[in-house]
Amino acid sequence: MGEVIVITSGKGGVGKTTTTANVGTGLAMLGKKVVLIDTDIGLRNLDVVMGLENRIVYNLVDVVENNCRIKQALIKDKRYPNLYLLPSAQTKDKTAVTPEQMKKLADELREEFDYILMDCPAGIEQGFKNAIAGADRALVVTTPEVSAVRDADRIIGLLEANEIGQTHLIVNRLRTDMVREGNMMSSDDVVEILAIDLIGVVPDDEQIVIATNNGEPLVGSESKAGKAYMNICNRILGEDVPYLDLEETQGFFKRFASIFKK
Amino acid sequence: MGFISNFFKGSENSSDVAKNRLKVAITSDRAVCSPELMEQMKNDIIEVISKYLDIDTEGLDIKVTKTELEDSSGTINALLANIPIKEGSRNFRKR
Repeated sequence: MGEVIVITSGKGGVGKTTTTANVGTGLAMLGKKVVLIDTDIGLRNLDVVMGLENRIVYNLVDVVENNCRIKQALIKDKRYPNLYLLPSAQTKDKTAVTPEQMKKLADELREEFDYILMDCPAGIEQGFKNAIAGADRALVVTTPEVSAVRDADRIIGLLEANEIGQTHLIVNRLRTDMVREGNMMSSDDVVEILAIDLIGVVPDDEQIVIATNNGEPLVGSESKAGKAYMNICNRILGEDVPYLDLEETQGFFKRFASIFKK
Repeated sequence: MGFISNFFKGSENSSDVAKNRLKVAITSDRAVCSPELMEQMKNDIIEVISKYLDIDTEGLDIKVTKTELEDSSGTINALLANIPIKEGSRNFRKR
């Protein structure tokens, strides 16, 4: 029986879709059978991040309205044959699908897949309710900014109220140079405020922009973000993976300066 | 640059400001009651307590805050009520 994981954040633009693409691809690289579902009906994102936008025939709404079978709507990934995408519809809105329908769909996919990843839309309305309906666990993505952290706290409360079993935190786009200068909250600060368990810290990495441009998730690559995403995947599988040292190799003067800052 | 300005400023840096602002904002977000409900509850509390004590209803203050647990194992949200008793009054009225 597969596990359903919802990737959510509350605030938009913090990296839910990028996280879904990279975690999903990473789990597939680790040999798991994975399906990614774009639950943001009306706004398609995940297909372009995955580089699969040209292959869409049917979508999520077609599946729940029985216009096609699930298998017909699933798009096989370019690189990993055990990775699939169920794209969202562009012509409908969030009310086209109900939480009950999403739960039923998730339960059917459980039979076939090891992991079902739900890319949740921003906000706490119908789209959010749809995305969390069938979920066993949640990954809450935030950046170390006041607005994103505050929204994450709301989302964590709602996940608790909806009895989602496990909720883990991903701190995204961390800039170690700014943390060092005292101008960005550290992942420890964010964890302290939100009081949930951390499952990953992803550094701000320009390679992410390049990977998204190319439509190829960078998980597993030698880049810092690529390594951080792969670590998250291994932690999802239950492994105890130490956290990356995100500090760049420091020159003598920088190290000297940081001693004085303490 | 950061370290020089921090060195001279000697005060809070912006990440501490962010953290403190968030803690306050989130605490009130987490409070289960809306301001209207808090007001209602406050009035109910006054009504009940007044049966037994002469209290200063003007100085009464209730709020939901984050409080450290006694065994320091974490924090919980708690309803904190500050209810001043009027001076010179007999505290326990005979009913």
